[in-house]
Amino acid sequence: MTSVVQSPVIHAPAVPAAAVAGGRDLRLDLFRGLALWLIFLDHVPNNILAWFTIRNYGFSDATEIFIFISGYTAAFVYGRAMVSRGFIVAGARILRRAWQIYVAHVFLFAIYIAEIAYVASSFENPLYVEEMNALDFLKTPDVTIIQALLLKFKPANMDVLPLYIVLLIMFPAMLWLLLRNATVALSLSVGLYVLAWEFGWNFPSWPNGHWYFNPLAWQLLFVFGAWCALGGATRLAPALRSPIVVWVAIAYLLAAFGVTLTWYFPRIAFLVPHRIGEWMYPIDKTNLDVLRFAHFLALAALTVHFIPRTWPLLQSKWLRPAILCGQHSLEIFCLGVFLAFAAHFVMIELFGGTAMQVFISICGICIMVGTAWVISWYKRMEVRGSGTPKRPPDADLAGGEA
Amino acid sequence: MKKWTALGRAVAVVAIFLCSAVARGENADVCAVPGYLLFGDSALDRVHAEAHKDNELRIVVLGGTSSILPGPDGASFAYPARLEEALTKRLPGVKVKVTALTKPRQSAKEMVKSIDQLLLDQKPSLVIWQTGTYDAVRGTDPEDFRASVAEGVEKLQAGGADVVLVNMQYSPRTESIVAVGAYADAIRWVSREREVPVFDRLAIMRHWYDNGQFDLYKATKDLQMAKSVHDCLGRALAATIIDAARLQDREGGSAPK
Repeated sequence: MTSVVQSPVIHAPAVPAAAVAGGRDLRLDLFRGLALWLIFLDHVPNNILAWFTIRNYGFSDATEIFIFISGYTAAFVYGRAMVSRGFIVAGARILRRAWQIYVAHVFLFAIYIAEIAYVASSFENPLYVEEMNALDFLKTPDVTIIQALLLKFKPANMDVLPLYIVLLIMFPAMLWLLLRNATVALSLSVGLYVLAWEFGWNFPSWPNGHWYFNPLAWQLLFVFGAWCALGGATRLAPALRSPIVVWVAIAYLLAAFGVTLTWYFPRIAFLVPHRIGEWMYPIDKTNLDVLRFAHFLALAALTVHFIPRTWPLLQSKWLRPAILCGQHSLEIFCLGVFLAFAAHFVMIELFGGTAMQVFISICGICIMVGTAWVISWYKRMEVRGSGTPKRPPDADLAGGEA
Repeated sequence: MKKWTALGRAVAVVAIFLCSAVARGENADVCAVPGYLLFGDSALDRVHAEAHKDNELRIVVLGGTSSILPGPDGASFAYPARLEEALTKRLPGVKVKVTALTKPRQSAKEMVKSIDQLLLDQKPSLVIWQTGTYDAVRGTDPEDFRASVAEGVEKLQAGGADVVLVNMQYSPRTESIVAVGAYADAIRWVSREREVPVFDRLAIMRHWYDNGQFDLYKATKDLQMAKSVHDCLGRALAATIIDAARLQDREGGSAPK
């Protein structure tokens, strides 16, 4: 994984006012940190604590939060760079970030292959003859590894980083447009989303199928995040203060919760009228179903409404662990994927009962927090060690990463 | 009215389950499954009619390798055969015949192609369609998979057969290798759309594992656990069918709640 992560060099504020207003919004770090924890909990196989994650209570899940906030912070960080240093420098930085993520993805793939190879050699059970076909790809490493490097072969739980890579590659041009005319940029993004739905555009996967997270659809959330960072949030603020929006959001979240409940208890499935079900299902994660997007919007609207930017708890030590994780999202995300593999390994070798699931989940989150703390410490030390303070005193708050 | 009694039953089942969860581990039956995992809202009308009128049920299991067991006598221990026995026992006076049509490495799309012949040869009252595992293994586009399942169910219904969909096994060892979630969702959505029951093998086996009824993590060459799991699956499936077809059975007079 990468140890040096660029923080923005902040120059004179020749940036659009909204982009620089008041340093970094800690709410972003907080919720991205929480999203990273939830993604980890969801990735630990058969985890009882996964019942606490939001995907069980509505349509959207932590991925939406993660991608939206990533778009927001990317615009926040690289937007400044683009205004102060120009398109080329900012574009180069964004692409460098994409490269870092690619390297991280390949690193995780290596760990994944190690685990799978172990499972393949150690596992035998006549009950699971059919499932064992999944290990066939180990017989053709020549093809498998090349397809993985091309981002066409993506094992389970390793779909988010490739999505992120594509989003960042598209981002320099999008950011350029966002800074010039945010409305046009957002409309373009919506247009691409609609076209992807209309014509079924997606990237191919190997051995068949398509990307689990369709970048052409999910870019909407990323660009929407960026749009909010570059003034959109200010524009939306009056709407978010309106009680009507709040009540609509609450009603929608409750309805979504009710619908989700019927998935787990088929006996009450009749509560969702057939016609509505026909219109609503399937709720497509691959192409970021509108219902999922709306669910995320409702969650975000309530969050912004009830948790102000100056919320005192944001400074408290109790939320510090999540904020720290959110500020180093790439490292902590990768660590989370690794820890989920490791957790599975432990469950295979020892046992996978409820107690173990809880224990592993708590340990995993502690390791994530500890690592985030070490990374923060390391960065602070580096800045101090370099003699000339390149950053303003609030670098930690304003910085973080994209 | 009927809907609301169903809701009442659901609440009762959940309440019973919650109470029993407190006393977990004291359950003697290794096959025990909470009712909310077995019983749904969709009915099997043709099964109901034929069991009453003809006193005969012709059931076909269309599936992949996870519907059989390896070995020369594997078929007799696999869940289709266990289902036949369970139904015969619980429905005295009804002649039950379960035919298993299983082929390895078949995607849902390939299975759909065999449906016409199946309907012609077997004239089944009920087709139990187990699918999804091989598609998940191969990484079929979940949307394509859903379309294939929908097409297959439509064909079966048009051919006059009732349908029960069976989803994947719970396989903890391969959980981080094969992502089955999207395929289970697809099956659930088709079942909603076409109003056919799902036998949620994934959730049922996970329940057994979580409850300590079977250690599904275990690496073994021995067939014993696989046989017990299939026996339980056959019995659970029989309970689902009897309930969905609103049949009277020997145990308790009416379908278990």
